[in-house]
Amino acid sequence: MSIPFGGYASPEQIMRDRAEYARKGIARGRSVVVMQYADGILFVAPNPSRALHKISEIYDRIGFAAVGRYNEFESLRLAGIRYADINGYTFNRSDVTGRGLANLYAQHLGMIFTESIKSLEVEIVVAEVGDVPEDDQIYRLTFDGSVFDEQGMAVIGGQAEAVAGRLKERYREGLPLPRALDAALAALTEPGGERPPATQLEVAVLDRAREHRKFLRLTPPRLERILQEGRESGGGAAGGEPAGDATAEHAPDTTPAVPPPTAPPIAPEGDIDTGSGE
Amino acid sequence: MASQPAWMNSLFIDTGSSSFTEFLGAHAPNLLPTRAQTLAAPVGEQIPHATTIVAATCEGGVVMAGDRRATSGNIISQRDIEKVFRTDDYSCIGIAGTASLGIEVALLYRVELEHYEKREGRSLSTEGKAHRLATMIRENLPMAMQGLAVVPLFAAYDPARDGGRIFSYDVGGGPYEQFGYHSIGSGSIFARGSLKKLYRENSSPQDAVLACLHALYDAADDDSATGGPDVTRRIWPVVAVINADGYRRLPDDEVAEFVESMLETRMTAPEGPTAPLR
Repeated sequence: MSIPFGGYASPEQIMRDRAEYARKGIARGRSVVVMQYADGILFVAPNPSRALHKISEIYDRIGFAAVGRYNEFESLRLAGIRYADINGYTFNRSDVTGRGLANLYAQHLGMIFTESIKSLEVEIVVAEVGDVPEDDQIYRLTFDGSVFDEQGMAVIGGQAEAVAGRLKERYREGLPLPRALDAALAALTEPGGERPPATQLEVAVLDRAREHRKFLRLTPPRLERILQEGRESGGGAAGGEPAGDATAEHAPDTTPAVPPPTAPPIAPEGDIDTGSGE
Repeated sequence: MASQPAWMNSLFIDTGSSSFTEFLGAHAPNLLPTRAQTLAAPVGEQIPHATTIVAATCEGGVVMAGDRRATSGNIISQRDIEKVFRTDDYSCIGIAGTASLGIEVALLYRVELEHYEKREGRSLSTEGKAHRLATMIRENLPMAMQGLAVVPLFAAYDPARDGGRIFSYDVGGGPYEQFGYHSIGSGSIFARGSLKKLYRENSSPQDAVLACLHALYDAADDDSATGGPDVTRRIWPVVAVINADGYRRLPDDEVAEFVESMLETRMTAPEGPTAPLR
């Protein structure tokens, strides 16, 4: 990369600046939650747009979730579908794995991060559902190409740490779908805030009980039904309390999600295109 | 990166078409079923051919059934070949002609439909699916001219009409929409004659399945290349039912029950049920 303004900038500084730029962009959107539940993997994204998806099917067992700049993660999604389809067609459908896809994304993200002026302002999750819960895999990939093998749950974008903190309190292994969805929504809702209605949600599952293609988008009527079940069953024991009045006692909610920036802002101010139409 | 196949470099650029075959044609033409190569000698008689497929619409959907025989000339090359393939949640194809090419076309066609659906977030229209298959069959025309013909039968549930639809093809493509019922393959003449008398409009799926099994039996009765139900080995025809709930291949036990009730009829009336004359 050429050095801007003719002055010297150390490689450390350049990388820090790029990372700072990407982090700021990603933190502006809303968070997306990916978590295991009894029958597979659940994806929840607050997203008022019905057309521009943050969650998508990649292959029979593999789902994709992303936050950040829509055009950037959309091209990652399309490339992932091509990668999966071409490998499944060349070899066998069972030879397409989430690990392979995560590696492909990691290479591409890492290459862009080091070689381009601007890194991709995205954070993505690649999740693969197995025949048994132990075989489920959730990979989280950041803008610099790092891969994190997550256990049970992953939160990307927005106030990710605060959301992850709230989700951890409610997450249990093998939650039924309504309870899991309830926990995800509680985590996505700020303490004292109001939960997004079903119309503002994009929800999908990788259901291991399904034949052929495991990915299923939950359509509004069905989603509404499951939300209702979650409200009825989730209130007591698991602490999945709606609208957050019971969560006020939990300390982690009050910690700031992102440490205050120590350096002057580098990314341009203003809204980022999250694809949610906000 | 140098050891990667060329198409991997094209994943993130050139994101134009939603057609999987077009992407393969541009970036990995070696993966497409081989075309337009002149064979040194005609091999049509020597490699296995798939035979009879029948389809009939029923109330709210469509039924497709195929026998299990593959022949090379006068030899039965396989007793339990499967010639009916699920292509997406609401469609399937049955293949007749050169078995190996047919299977490859079926696999490619499935990827083609799912690829479009995943990229675009919507399914192709039923007409669009039928037309796409026609193009793929036409591309096989040079091979067909050398004796390696593949002719599919396409059946789908059309949500726009809440009913089943059937499309047939020839070696030059198609599609030709067929109303009510249709059959392809070497035994198709006999199967169609049988269905002509046994088909009832808007019958229950169970009755349509039974009519299709009778038609296959009649085809096997008069065509040496079509296999009847193999009672000793318990090899039954492949039967698929597609309706608003999606594609469902009937499990062997279920098909066995239908076959047994059909055989019972045939024990007393070897020519099968007769249609009323007046």
